[in-house]
Order: sequence, then C-alpha cells, then structure tokens
Amino acid sequence: MSLFFIVALPFFGALLPGLMNAAGRSACAGVTFTVSLAAFIGLLTNLPSVLAGDVLTARIDWMPSLGLNFTLMLDGLGFFFAFLILGIGLLIIAYARHYLSRDDNMGEFFTYLLLFQGAMVGIVLSDNILLLLVFWELTSLSSFLLIGYWKHLPEGRQGARMALAVTGMGGLAMIAGMLMLGQIAGSYDLSVILENRALIQTDPLYTPALVLILLGCFTKSAQFPFHFWLPHAMAAPTPVSAYLHSATMVKAGIFLMARMWPVLSGTPEWFVIVTTAGLVTMVLGAVIALFKHDLKALLAFSTVSHLGLITMLLGTGTAFGAMAAMFHILNHATFKAALFMSAGIIDHETHTRDIRRLGGLRRLMPVTFVIATLAALSMAGIPFLNGFLSKEMMLEEATHTVLFGTPWLVPALAISGSLFSAAYCFRLIGHTFFGPVRDDYPSNPHDPGPGLWLPPSILVTLVVVIGMAPFLAEPFVKLVTASVLGNAAELPKAYFKIWHGLVPALFMSVAAVVGGLLVMVVFTPLLRLWETTPRPEAKAIFDALVATAVRLARGLILPLHNGAFTRYAAIGAITIVAAGFHAWKTGTVAPPTREVQAAGPVLVAGWLMLVAATGGLVFMHRNRFFSLILIGIVGLMVSIGFIFFSAPDLAMTQFTVEVVTIILLLLALNFLPKRTPMESSVLRRVRDAGVAAIGGLATFTLAYHYLLRDAVGTPISEFHLANSYKGGGGTNVVNVILVDFRGFDTYGEIIVLGIAALLIYALTETLLGGRVRARLLNRKPDQQRAGEMHPMMMVVLTRVIMPLVLMVGFYIFLRGHNEPGGGFIAGLIVSIAVVMQYMASGFAWASARLKYPYHGVIGAGVLIAGLTGIGSWFVGKPFLTSDFTYVRIPPFEKFELATAALFDLGVFLAVVGAVMLSLESFSRLARRAHMPESEHPMDIDPSRDDPPHLETGPAREGA
Amino acid sequence: MELLVASAIGILTAGGLYLVLRLRTFPVILGMSLLTYAVNVFLFASGRLTTGAPPVLREGMTTYSDPLPQALVLTAIVISFGMTAVVVMIGLGAFLGSNDDHVDDRPEGEDDVTEGTA
Repeated sequence: MSLFFIVALPFFGALLPGLMNAAGRSACAGVTFTVSLAAFIGLLTNLPSVLAGDVLTARIDWMPSLGLNFTLMLDGLGFFFAFLILGIGLLIIAYARHYLSRDDNMGEFFTYLLLFQGAMVGIVLSDNILLLLVFWELTSLSSFLLIGYWKHLPEGRQGARMALAVTGMGGLAMIAGMLMLGQIAGSYDLSVILENRALIQTDPLYTPALVLILLGCFTKSAQFPFHFWLPHAMAAPTPVSAYLHSATMVKAGIFLMARMWPVLSGTPEWFVIVTTAGLVTMVLGAVIALFKHDLKALLAFSTVSHLGLITMLLGTGTAFGAMAAMFHILNHATFKAALFMSAGIIDHETHTRDIRRLGGLRRLMPVTFVIATLAALSMAGIPFLNGFLSKEMMLEEATHTVLFGTPWLVPALAISGSLFSAAYCFRLIGHTFFGPVRDDYPSNPHDPGPGLWLPPSILVTLVVVIGMAPFLAEPFVKLVTASVLGNAAELPKAYFKIWHGLVPALFMSVAAVVGGLLVMVVFTPLLRLWETTPRPEAKAIFDALVATAVRLARGLILPLHNGAFTRYAAIGAITIVAAGFHAWKTGTVAPPTREVQAAGPVLVAGWLMLVAATGGLVFMHRNRFFSLILIGIVGLMVSIGFIFFSAPDLAMTQFTVEVVTIILLLLALNFLPKRTPMESSVLRRVRDAGVAAIGGLATFTLAYHYLLRDAVGTPISEFHLANSYKGGGGTNVVNVILVDFRGFDTYGEIIVLGIAALLIYALTETLLGGRVRARLLNRKPDQQRAGEMHPMMMVVLTRVIMPLVLMVGFYIFLRGHNEPGGGFIAGLIVSIAVVMQYMASGFAWASARLKYPYHGVIGAGVLIAGLTGIGSWFVGKPFLTSDFTYVRIPPFEKFELATAALFDLGVFLAVVGAVMLSLESFSRLARRAHMPESEHPMDIDPSRDDPPHLETGPAREGA
Repeated sequence: MELLVASAIGILTAGGLYLVLRLRTFPVILGMSLLTYAVNVFLFASGRLTTGAPPVLREGMTTYSDPLPQALVLTAIVISFGMTAVVVMIGLGAFLGSNDDHVDDRPEGEDDVTEGTA
C-alpha cells in the first residue's frame, strides 16, 4: 500500500468513530479497529521490500520554494516504529472498548486516538523534517485531547495542560533546531541531511542546533529535567497511558534521536548531553518509582527510567549502543504496555490503584497475576524474559563507556538504576499480588473478561518468546539498527543470546537483582526515610514558573491591551502616522510630474457638501438618526465623485451599497439608544481631535503628493486595457478584471462576503437562543409606532415596481461585460428590490413567499463560480481560465457567450444571498421584539397606543 | 481638482478617526464608515484623476482612466458592507446582552489569575 495511504488512513478514519457513536460502542470500536487494521496491513504489505533493505519513498511537492515537501520514507527504523504504533494501537483499541464505561463518549475517544495514531505514523514515516515537525506538533495536540479526555477530572485537565506546555515548548525549540539543521545541510529532506554528517558536525551552528533538537526530544521523551509531565499525564484513561506513555508518543523523542543518530551523534557534545541526561533520568526515575504507591505513577516513573536507559544507550554513540537501544525499545514496548493494561485491569476491578490497599490478588485474579508478573519480571531483568536480554546489553555497553574521565561512573549508575528497577518490579508484584487476601478492597476483585486480558497476554507472549528465543528477534532488530546507523557505522557482530559466559554484565545483572531483593527486605524503613527527606516537588516548581510567566505577560500586555477599544484605535492611528512620517523623512520625494487640473463649480459644490456633511456628522453625531442622513449625503457625494472621475461601475456600486447600509443601520438603530450621551471630558475631546487632525493631515499630504506624480513603474493596467477585449471578450475593463483577470480574487471575496453573512446569521441565532430573547420579547418600543404598519401606497408601489427593478437588475447584469454593470451591482439592485418588499409588506408576508433560503443562494453562488473555474480544468487550462465566443441566432444580432458570465452569475447570487441574509437576520431580531405580525399586508395596527377615535375600527380590506 | 480630492480624503479620515475614538458603538461604526470612504477614495485616487474617460473601450479612444484600482475598490465597497454588517451585529448583540453600548471594556480584577496557572 502506498505510504500516503498508511499515513492518511488514520486521519480520514478519525471522522468515522464520531459518526458511529449512535450505532453503539462495539460499532464505534469496530470501525476504529478496522481503520487501524487497514493501515497495519498496508504497512505489512511493504514488509518484503523493507526486509530486502530497500528504502521506500513517496513524494508530493507541497511548497518546494520553502523546501517543504510531502515526502514519506519507509526504512527499517520507520517500519519498526510504525509497526509498534499500529500493532499496539490495535491491541489498545480492543482493550479500550472494554475499558471505557458507558458514560464515556467513545466516538470522541477513538477520534482522538486515530488522530494521534496518524500523527505518530506521520512522524516515523516523514522524510522531510518540516513535515515531521507538523506531525510532531499534531501528536502534542492530540495527546493533549487524550490526556484531558476525562474533562470532569481536574487532574486530567491539569495534566493535559502541563503535557502540552512542556512538549509544546520543546517542539518550539525543535522547530528552531530543525530550521538550523536544514540551513546547514541546504535541504530539509532527511535523506539529504543524513548524507551530510561531516558538513553538519563541523558547522558552527551544530551545537545550537543539537541543543535545540535535543530539547524537543527530551521534553517529548520525558528526560530529566523535563520528566515531571509524564506522571501527571497518568490522569488519562489507562488505554491512553498504555498507548501514548509507554509504547508510542514518549518514544517519539527517542525515535528522532535514532533517526538523527548518523549525523548528530559521535561528537563530545552529543555524548555528554545525551548520556548524562539518560543516566540521570534512568536512576532518578527508578528511585522515585520505587516509592510511588499509585500503580500507574509507579509505571510512569519506571517508563521515565527506561526511556533514560534508551537515551543513554543512544548517547554512547556506538553501534552496539544503538542496537541495544533498538532492542530495548521493542522489549519495553511489549512489557510496559502489558503492565499498563494490567494496572488498568486492577483499577477496573478493584476500583483502586493504590498499592497499599491491594495485595493478595494472586488468588483472586490469577490471569492478571500471570500477565503482570511475567511482564514485571521481564522489566526487572530476569532471564528467559526479553527485558533481561536488552538490559544485559545495556550493562555491557555501560562497562565500555567512560563519562567525565571516570571509568566506574557509568557502570555504577547503570547498576544502581537496574537495582532500583528490579526493586520496584518486585514491589509491584509482591505488594499487589502476594500477601494475604484482604477483605477491604473497594470492590470485589475478579478476573475480567477476555476483552481486557487478551490484548496484554498477546504482548506477554511476545515477552516470553523473545526472552526464550532471542535469535527470532535478532534479524529484525539488526535490520532496524542498520537503518539507524546508515553509513555512519558498521553493524555490530554481536549475537543475541541468553548465555554469554561469565562476562562482567552478568555479574552486574546478578548484583542488580540481588540488590533489588535486598531493597525489598528493608523497604519499610527506606520508605520512612524517603518520606522524611525533603524533595523538590516538580509540579510546584512548574506552577510557580507558569504563574511568573503569566504575571510577566500581564504586566506587559495589560497596560497596552486593557480592553479599551478607543485606546487601541488611538495607539494604532498614531503609530501608523509615525511610521509614515519616518518613511517620509528618510525617503526621497521626486518633484511633481503632473499638472494640477482645474476644478469646475460642480466639483467645488460636491466637495462643499461632502465637507459640510462630514463636519456635521462629527459635531452632531449624538443625534443618531440625523447622523444617518448625514452619512448618506457623504456616500452620495462619494458616488458622484466616482462618476465625475470616470468610474461609473464604482458609482453604481457605492450608490446601491449606500442604500442597503442605511437600511441596515436603521434596523440596528431600532434597538440602540437614539442619542449618544455626552460622556468624554473636554480634554479627551481635544486629544481625540488632535489625533484625528494629525491622521487627516497625514492622509491628505500623502494623497496630494501622489496625485501630482506619475506612478514610478509602468502600471499593469496597460496590460488590462490592451487585453480586455482581445483576451477577455469584454469592453468594460473593470468588469473583465473582476471576472477574468483577477477572477480568483473575486472568488475569494464572494466567499468572504458569504462568511460574513453566515456569521451574522449565527450571531442572530445565538442572540435569539440566549437570555437576550426574553429581553427582546419584553422590550417596549421607545418610538411611537406608526398607525399603518404597511402603508398601502408603499405596498402597491413596491409590488408594481418589483418586476421593473428585477428587469433593471437583469439588464445591468447582462450589459456588465461591455458596459458599466455586472454581477456585483446587479446583485445589490435585486437585493434592494427584495428588501423593499420586506419593508412595505412585512417580514412574514415576504418570507412566506420566499422559495429559496438565502444560505442556499450564497452557496449556489459560490458553487457556480467555483464550478465555472473548475470547468477550465477539463480543457487542460488553469483554474478560472475564461473563454468566449460569438454566436448568431436569427433573428437576433450576433451576441457573445462567455464563461465569465457564468462566473458573474455566481457573484450575483452570492451578493444577493449575503446582503439579504444579513438584513433578514437583523429584521428577525426586530420581529421577536414586536407584536406577532399579521399575514396580511396593508393592516392598520390595532394595538397602537392612541387608537383612532373614528368608529370604523380596524380595517382588513387589503388581504 | 487634486487638492479637493486630497483634502476630501483628509477630512473624511479626520472625521472618521474622531468618531472611531468615541465611547459608544454607534458613533464608532459611523466613524469606521467614514474611514472606509476615505480609504476607498484613497485607493481609487492611486489610479490618478481622469475625467471623461471611463475604462470602457470605445473606437477611437486612446486614454482611459486606470481600471485596476476601480476593480479593487469595487470589491472593497461590497466587502466593507459585509464588514459593517458584522460589526453592527456584534455591537447590537453586546448592547442587547448587557444593556450597555460602551466600546471600552474595563479590565476585571486579578481574580482569575489562579485558573491560568493551576
């Protein structure tokens, strides 16, 4: 199966569980299982070529100019991890089906799980480091959702937030590191980077890049000092802990270290940082794990410890270390996932995870006992189980590693890490399963159904099989190791076997196990000692750090961003003017090249009206109705200005938009106060006037200067004028630009317009659904209502005029290509015609006669425009290429048919839909506020405050 | 002519800015409308001022006004209607929800600090 499918399947599959939610829990889990299984089988189909040593690639150029390509690669290492992710994923899905209770939303859970799975597979199959980063961040996000899945638990939310903060920060550091690496290597493709070891390691940017990338790896893989988030993430449901925090996500950092091993390892920096971090994490994690009472916390710290072990092995920089690391990843994934699932079973059956409340479960839960004990013994490093093999390889490697010039340091730490590791494993087994059967379990424990114990037992079978017959795993691990090493080192000759003879590693292993048993003997005094020793609490430190960051951010932001809109506006205006002034002072201004044209009396009169209206608006804006009249005058003058300066299309648009805007504002003003009270102090008004004057002066100067100068370059309009008729088939250049030359822009704009209208609709719905509704229903109109709700003159006039206006709209639409007009203007004209019906005959009457909802009209418009664009693909042309031809059908004159007209039809529909949906939404608010409307237009309102004194009563003749 | 257009742009900007700096939603919306006019005319004027030469191709005509700014401003006018409508709706919703049409949101106390850190 193509690599693209393997990555894409979980992502597309993530849509399904939510849909299957209603079909029941089994269907939901089943569909998730099927999706994962399909991806898993797809992966397996590639096994033969991976075994043959081939590297499979799949490539789509995404943004080649940025070096960002959708490139996937499958080699031994990628296969290994993808196998773990998808294989263990299958077991987890089966387990989770039985683990989650009826109250949990299973569709949501599996959606997150599949998203996570896809992101993980994406990481391990990426051949482009930028793409890898995208998937990397996706795992952080999806694991956030999974950890916080139980939203009602505060620990869950906090743990999720902490995990996201830590891994997210690490991810940011890694982005920087990866960008540096890409700069050094000259490519963001892994296959290229991996070939340039010498180039990268000699570059001065190597150390910063290394540190930043390692930050990402260490945070993800919970290495000291970033280990603290992992135990807190244990608030997640156990399937999540077993999947993310033992087998997959925490291995992502290790995967990346392994992937980058050929180019980054082998330097002193790498060795010191990675080995030290790994060693410290290994020992620290093991010590803390010993004293944890929560089963999952114990396992979490043991995971931290084992991740440290693997990191340490990668840090040594030897081929043998890398091989041991790969082997231990495999072994750890099997026994740790099994242990987590066992812990989940115990939690599920006894309703507690506290070791102190458990014990004696051996007799009550024999199946779980066998599974957990085998897995734990493997973790402790007992022979004939797989953990023993890789742990011994680790000890062997440790004896050859010299850190800080002290040959005994690494072996000593490795032994103590193994010792504590053995100790907590013994404690886990002893304190949970052995001892007397108690009578105070929170619930009555017994073995669960096979749905819960089958998945971990499959893993434990692997633990035993690999432990007994290590030669079975050897070729596969060597294959993986070979792809880790790349060309950087030779594959080690060592064989996997249980008995290596009396080598130092064996003695160390024995020492660790015996030591572990001894620790168990003196566990009670040790625990007392541990509890009395003061230790730094990572969560408190983290919280303090976050609190400090929040305080700093508030100190910085609040003075600037305090919720006062006027302040932002003032700061914004002054900043823009200041920046412009700076540009003005530092730039050069050429002398004027154009003559000042004389202004006729018409222009002066128009200007005077515009200035008077603007001034009036500023001085009299407190009277809101009056200010609407004034702004109407301004708009009218601007329209006339457009006509005067040879822009008929603009004038028509401005004029029609003016009409709908005023209607809109009137509808809004219906609810708003009719006057603006005097609030601001004189000082404030003077300040605002100052800002306004400066802004006005700046725009005036800028406009005046460029009006007197020609453009510096040749305007591209020359091209438009020359090609409008030849290429676009229309003589109205403005319209041809809109529907042809820059059709894609227009397409975007009608979509924006549609979104704006839908937003208004959504806001109206929200308002009408909330508490505003009650307020609207109780609202008393503050203006005297008209006696005639639907004046007869107006009703008659608008209905008579409707076909006329529609015809004008149609005419304007058709002539648009060659004369001023087009879809935008026609759309506005038709909208006005429809709005007039609403105004005259009432909302109910007009709505009842509405055949198509406006949403649909917007959608149809966008769709028609889009399909017109796509149509050009069928003739092998790019999106939105237009074509036209001239036809002649007697007895008509020859006329033109252009695809651009179809596009313009889309524009027309989108404009009509958007304008009408906006206005309709506003009037829906009004409708809630008033009396129920009559079905009949031309009513006399009987509920009016001052009923007429005539005897005739309400008339109803108009129906 | 240039002086008149440039000064009209300046006056519209100044009036718009002054109204945008008011404290209630309605004058702010009016101010934004004035600013929209100013910006649209400004953009339109970047094609320089030409009279009597609309960009509709005719036999024998050689000079036309610049069509590109016109096309851009045309869509800007329509989009600005959408923007105004959204802003009006938000303002209206805020007023109906709180019976207050101030644009300035007074920052609340420090009482919600703890939630962000927990």
